[in-house]
Amino acid sequence: MLAEDTLKRGPNLATPYLGFTTGSWRTERPVLDPERCNNCLACWLFCPEGCFSRGDQAVSLNLDFCKGCGICVAECPRQALTLVEEGAASARLSER
Amino acid sequence: MRAYLNGNEAVATAVRLARTEVVAAYPITPQSTIVEKIAEYIADGSMAADYIRVESEHAALAACYGAAVTGTRVFTATSSQGLAYMYEMLHYVSGCRVPLVMAVANRGLAAPWTIWADHQDAIACRDTGWIQLYVETAQEALDTCLQAYKIAAHAEVLTPVMVCLDGYVLSHTEEIVDVPEQEAVDRFLPPYQAAYAVDPERPYVFGVGAGPELYPAFKYHQQQALLRAQEVIKEVDREFGAQFDRTYGGLVDPYYCDDADVILVLMGATAGTAREVVDDLRRQGERVGLLRLRSFRPFPVADLRAVLTAAGVVAVLDRDCSFGYEGVLATEVKAALYGSPAPVASRSESQWGQPLVAGFVGGLGGRDIGPADLAGIYRQCLEALRHRDRGGELVLSGGWQR
Ligand code: SF4
Ligand code: SF4
Repeated sequence: MLAEDTLKRGPNLATPYLGFTTGSWRTERPVLDPERCNNCLACWLFCPEGCFSRGDQAVSLNLDFCKGCGICVAECPRQALTLVEEGAASARLSER
Repeated sequence: MRAYLNGNEAVATAVRLARTEVVAAYPITPQSTIVEKIAEYIADGSMAADYIRVESEHAALAACYGAAVTGTRVFTATSSQGLAYMYEMLHYVSGCRVPLVMAVANRGLAAPWTIWADHQDAIACRDTGWIQLYVETAQEALDTCLQAYKIAAHAEVLTPVMVCLDGYVLSHTEEIVDVPEQEAVDRFLPPYQAAYAVDPERPYVFGVGAGPELYPAFKYHQQQALLRAQEVIKEVDREFGAQFDRTYGGLVDPYYCDDADVILVLMGATAGTAREVVDDLRRQGERVGLLRLRSFRPFPVADLRAVLTAAGVVAVLDRDCSFGYEGVLATEVKAALYGSPAPVASRSESQWGQPLVAGFVGGLGGRDIGPADLAGIYRQCLEALRHRDRGGELVLSGGWQR
């Protein structure tokens, strides 16, 4: 929850704060296999929600705003990303 | 300096004296001459503002919103269909807590097509989260615009203000107006200081999305701000009075209400005529009063109760209608009085607990409301009270000026 003083001044917030997350809307989500990733950053570039962070060896994923659009999965040249159905047994819950 | 100004010129003068920095508006009768005058001021160099030309009222308010979040003092004006066209943006501006000022030269809504005065345009925007102040004279239009900037930008209010003036009756009718000196206005209204603004060094997201877990909290604080605005409107009016020697009562402007059996409640320029009628009836020994409502939003429940509860009949004159029910002000006055304790000391034999509220609709689409019309309302109410005092029932059905 935002501080009372912020709420009192209206829904105008200093970045990077966003009022609420939108990841709960998706029905599918990407799962990353860091072993396959060669850090080419194609996903980082293409993801419309800015879900990828750069790392030394591989990217990492923050799914708070991921819509499950699958663009990253389609763009990854190394098949390091897979789209799994939310709630399916194959979804690795630790990556939420 | 005293000048011979109509209401629109008085508003334009206030906007210049307030050192407004950005103006965006689309022409619509009877507002147009406000922004025409401002355009003249900018062209002749007497006002240092940017004038943004836009393709519609929706765009006008959107441009004003954009300008205001850069931390500038902003103004726009509209009427009738134009205000209706702004409807979506009205919520954006108030929801984002942008303190801008808009003059509304009140005019009826089509159809049938009309360019003449009534309050339907602004009343229909009752729930948009704007403060609405209705003025009686060109002088008050000028003074209220200056006050409006101060009210809107108050740190605990941060809410846009509509200054409503009756089309033609005020917008196009000249009167002698005392125009304050620039230095005095500068003292009353220092430059606008936004708590935060568009700034590349410190990025902000304006009007963020808010899910169900956050939206109600923002709206709660908006409501609190509008309730708080009641005190701020009074404070600012008092402060204005201390500096310029003119006040308007803050939220309500009562006239001979202290011992009145019948009080007429109305908004806008009709109050000028009503004062004459009250004077006349008082000379004839009738205890009648007038309560001019200055602030329609926030709605001054406590102030209305303080003045109205002791009356026998409260007549409400609406220049608007909530079709399928009644005049909007009548409903609101009834709601404000509902459950209010009856006055302790009985003032007269006409004392009967809570007053009866009777709604009258008049002055639609510029229909003139003359002294005889208003005296008729008072007489009808006085007669109903006399009938009750003779042991009859207090019945009043209100009326519609056709
Ligand atoms: S699925 Fe779409 S939103 Fe989610 S991480 Fe991939 S590209 Fe971004
Ligand atoms: S596109 Fe694939 S390989 Fe390239 S950084 Fe993203 S996950 Fe790694």
